[in-house]
Parts: sequence; C-alpha cells; structure tokens
Amino acid sequence: MSGLEDLYREIILDHYRTPRNRGELDPPAIKAEGHNPLCGDEITVYLSLSGEGDDAVIDDIKIGGQGCSISQSSASMMSQSMKGKTVAENRALARRFKALMGIDGIEPQDGDDAIDLGDLEALEGVMKFPVRIKCAVLGWNTFLQALDAGGGTTSTE
Amino acid sequence: MAFDQTAVRKDFPILSREINDKPLVYLDSGNTSQKPQRVIDAMSHFQEHTYAPINRSSYRLAGEATDAYEKGRVAIARLINAPSVDEVVFTKNATEAMNLIAQSWGRANLGEGDVVVLTEMEHHANIVPWQMLVQERKIQIRWVPLTADGQLDLTNLDNLLDGAKVFSFTAMSNVLGTITPIAMLCERARAAGALSIVDACQFVPHNVTDVQSWGADLVAFSSHKMCGPSGIGMLWGRMEILDAMPPFLGGGNMIDTVTFDGFTTAPVPMKFEAGTPPIIEAVGLAAAVEYLEEIGMANIRQHEMELSRYTLDTLKGRFGDDITIYGPDDVKLRGGVFSFAFRDLHPHDVSQVLDERNVCVRAGHHCAKPLMQTLGVNATTRASIYLYNDTADIDALADGLDNATDIFGL
Ligand SMILES: Cc1ncc(COP(=O)(O)O)c(C=O)c1O
Repeated sequence: MSGLEDLYREIILDHYRTPRNRGELDPPAIKAEGHNPLCGDEITVYLSLSGEGDDAVIDDIKIGGQGCSISQSSASMMSQSMKGKTVAENRALARRFKALMGIDGIEPQDGDDAIDLGDLEALEGVMKFPVRIKCAVLGWNTFLQALDAGGGTTSTE
Repeated sequence: MAFDQTAVRKDFPILSREINDKPLVYLDSGNTSQKPQRVIDAMSHFQEHTYAPINRSSYRLAGEATDAYEKGRVAIARLINAPSVDEVVFTKNATEAMNLIAQSWGRANLGEGDVVVLTEMEHHANIVPWQMLVQERKIQIRWVPLTADGQLDLTNLDNLLDGAKVFSFTAMSNVLGTITPIAMLCERARAAGALSIVDACQFVPHNVTDVQSWGADLVAFSSHKMCGPSGIGMLWGRMEILDAMPPFLGGGNMIDTVTFDGFTTAPVPMKFEAGTPPIIEAVGLAAAVEYLEEIGMANIRQHEMELSRYTLDTLKGRFGDDITIYGPDDVKLRGGVFSFAFRDLHPHDVSQVLDERNVCVRAGHHCAKPLMQTLGVNATTRASIYLYNDTADIDALADGLDNATDIFGL
C-alpha cells in the first residue's frame, strides 16, 4: 500500500472530489483542449487575460473535460495557483512543476527554484508511477498551448 | 471443471511469478495471452537445433527449418477447419491481415461510392484500413448499430447491406465480449453480394472455429492471443478469392520470377508472404495449437462460460449499482472479456489500485474509440480471462475494487 498512499494523497483526492474552477468561459477568453490518447483523458483550459504579453494577468481560469484523479486534481490545483498572477509568473510556475515531474528539456531560469508550489508538491508521488506523469502534466501543457497558440489542441503522446 | 485447472496453471511459468511477494493475477488475456512452457521450449529447441532460412537454400538444415515453419500452417488449417492448408497466409498480426485485405482486395475492387459495412463494435484494426480507403478511394462506410445490451442491432441489416461490396465484422467484441451470429452474418453478406470478412481475433483463441461452417470469405486473427508468440498473425481465405487478389507487399519469397521488365507472383500463400517470414514464431504457434487442441477448444469454451458466469455474478452481487458491466449477461452470447465502469472512478485509477495487488487489467479505449462514443464513455476498465484463470483471480479483482472504494473514500 505504501506506494499508493504516496500517489493518492489526501489533498489530491480532495481536489479530485471537489475540483476548483470547473466550468467554461465565453470568448474572448482563450481556450485550448488537451488529450491523452493512452487513457482518454481530456482537459479544456479557458483563460481570461487582461493586459498584453508576459505582463498580462490571468483574471479568470476555468477547467473543463474529464479524466483520472491525477489529471483532474493537477489541473484543479494549477487553476488555483494561477489565478491573479501574470503570464510570466505562471510560465515560471509551469516550468517549476514540469521540472518536479522530471520532464526532460525544461530550462530552468533564475528564480524558478524560489517558486513555492504549495499544494502542488503533493503530486511529487506521481514520480514513482511513470505512466501517470503524462496525466499530471496534461493540464499544464494545455495551459501553455492556450497561451502560445491563443487556443488549439495538444496531446501528451 | 472442463479440464484439470491446477495442471493448466502450472503450464504457464509466468503465473508463478510474484511481485512484492504477492502472486500475479493476470486478467488481460484479451490484450495478449501468456505462453505455456511448451511454446517457450519449442521455440528454444528450434533455435538450438533446426534454425535456418526457409524456402531458399537446398541444404538439409534449411529443408528441416522449412518443414517446421510449414507445420505451423498445417496446425492453423486444422484448428480452424480450413479446406486447404494453402489457404492459410502468415502475416505479422491480425492488423496486418486486415490491411492486406483492404489494400489488396480493396484496391482491386473498390472505387468511389462503393460501400463497406462495418459494425459499431469494431476494433480499430477493422476500421482504419477502410477509412484509409475512404481517403484514397472515396469509398463509403455504413455502420451496423448496437442494441442496449451490446449486441448487433440487425433490424436494418438488409438496408445497410443493400448494394454493399464488403461486410466486415468482429466474431467477438474485444470490449463487450459479444459473440456475433457469424454464420448468419456471412450468409446475409453473400445474399447481398458482399464479401464477408471476419475479425476472429478474440474468437479463435477461446472457441471451436470452423471457417467452412461459417461460410466466410476471409478471416483474420493473431497468434499472441492464443498462447502463441507475438509477431505472427493469420489470414485465412477461400482460395478462389486469395488467388484473384493482387500481392500486398513485394520482395523476396512472393515472386515466381523477376526480370528487368517486371515480376510474376508465386502461388498463394507465398504470394502474400514477402520477405523472411516469422519462422521461429510459426514453430511456437504450432506448439500453441497442439497445446490448445490437447485441452480441447470446446473444454476451454466451457471453462470460460462457467468462469464468466462466476465473474458476472460476483461483480454484480458484490457491487450492485456501483458497477456497470457492458455487453450481454447471457454467457452463451458472450466471451470472457468484461469492460466495466466502477462508481465514478476513472479506469486509470481503478487499474492503478488493482495493480497494487498485481491484478493486471486494461484501462482505456481498447482500440475501439468509436464504440466508446456509442457507449458514451471515454474509457473503461477491462478484465479478460483465459483457460488459466480461476475463481480466485476473480475474487482478487473484486477485493481490489473494494480497496479502490476505500482509497477514494467512497
Ligand atoms: C477484435 C480485435 N481485432 C483486432 C485486433 C488486432 O490484433 P493485433 O494487435 O494482434 O494485430 C485485436 C487485438 O487487440 C482485437 O481484439
């Protein structure tokens, strides 16, 4: 049981049972869809921004779609951490989180180490279950996709 | 008990493996089956004593190797009651056999507007090769719908088959377990003037198969799901049809002669076996067929019907409304694959918790995404049984589901 308790920590189950920021946003909010072909997880991220470029602030973020406890709780915690912060801050948060998940090719930037992941640290246990890492990062990649393409589709495969 | 279950379990060395001091509970045979010692030994022995090229060299060793390879073909012909051994074509797997059919027969016979009829419970292997012809040839696909309990809804079949050139359907669904009325469907296809193609991947490993009594035109299946090795699959077809089909892949082994100006093809089956075939695999497959025949396909079916009843009763009895098992409840109408939804848990989470107790199941869309759409789900958890499974495996599955309930605090 030891491994499983590490994966399914209480805070993760809490976000899974009661996901935060569920819903949709109407245009002009931007929207991106992500899916994991392996298990059929689907996540939609809606972002409402004010301002321009990296200084724009995420006024609102909503999460749609369905999936496993890991993808859903990760997206829920992500939405909670991102609201009210700038695009630059949230990109750094995403880098920090993906580094925590051991994703290759992340180039840390000055100050990343200082970023407090808060509840998101609980997802550390996912590292012991490599097939679930894709679930944990799906929402994050979808978020980045929304920023980069102003919407679109992403896939974790 | 249809055969000595304890003895059969011992035939599969992997089943005595333990992970974290707990036994393996393998419930993923619909995906791929485990291998009996005899198959493993036959392949090793062949490589230690007889391995050589086939069909190409004239020394004695090569002759022996060719004979061993051909024994695989003989075994398959016997298992499915093919009228002629030459009608058995070896491919890489069932998927390649389906692509062979679509690319060879399809390209020779299908053009714009021609209709291929499929069912809503097909595996991607019997969908995508036809969709490739939709893109390339502008053929049309019509779909046979399903009833609420996951059987084919044949009410409208005559209309669907009207003017169709092909009716390609599964003998047994890899998601629902549903066994289709194969002989009747072949007959209806024939009456409509359509070629009948049977995806028998899930059927052949678990049932007595008689392609002649089916009246099918072409049949595809895979070795790895029937105790044989991966890397070899089968296409059986009526000689008349195979003979008229153009080759699929070109190269060595499939030619009669080649000049600077062109080539002529070898006769069936070699026409469809370009390049060095899966030689060692054919030897393992022959051993697998002999093994299954000794136990008896009818006995295997009997065992699986009994264990299917136990599975359905156990899961429904213990979990009631908390579990939805897809497909028919009557074990005469289904084989031993059980796709289910458990509470609101995602299949990925269910399989993760089960894995903690070494219960191996598949979570996902099972290469049948259109069917998932029909069922209105993204994914399911699927447990599937074979001759080596017993009631203790099913109990372990049910106990694992209880554990999932505990972990998620439901
Ligand atoms: C019904 C059905 N058809 C086709 C296939 C494809 O078999 P293979 O992957 O061996 O080519 C499978 C295996 O998953 C199957 O279950």
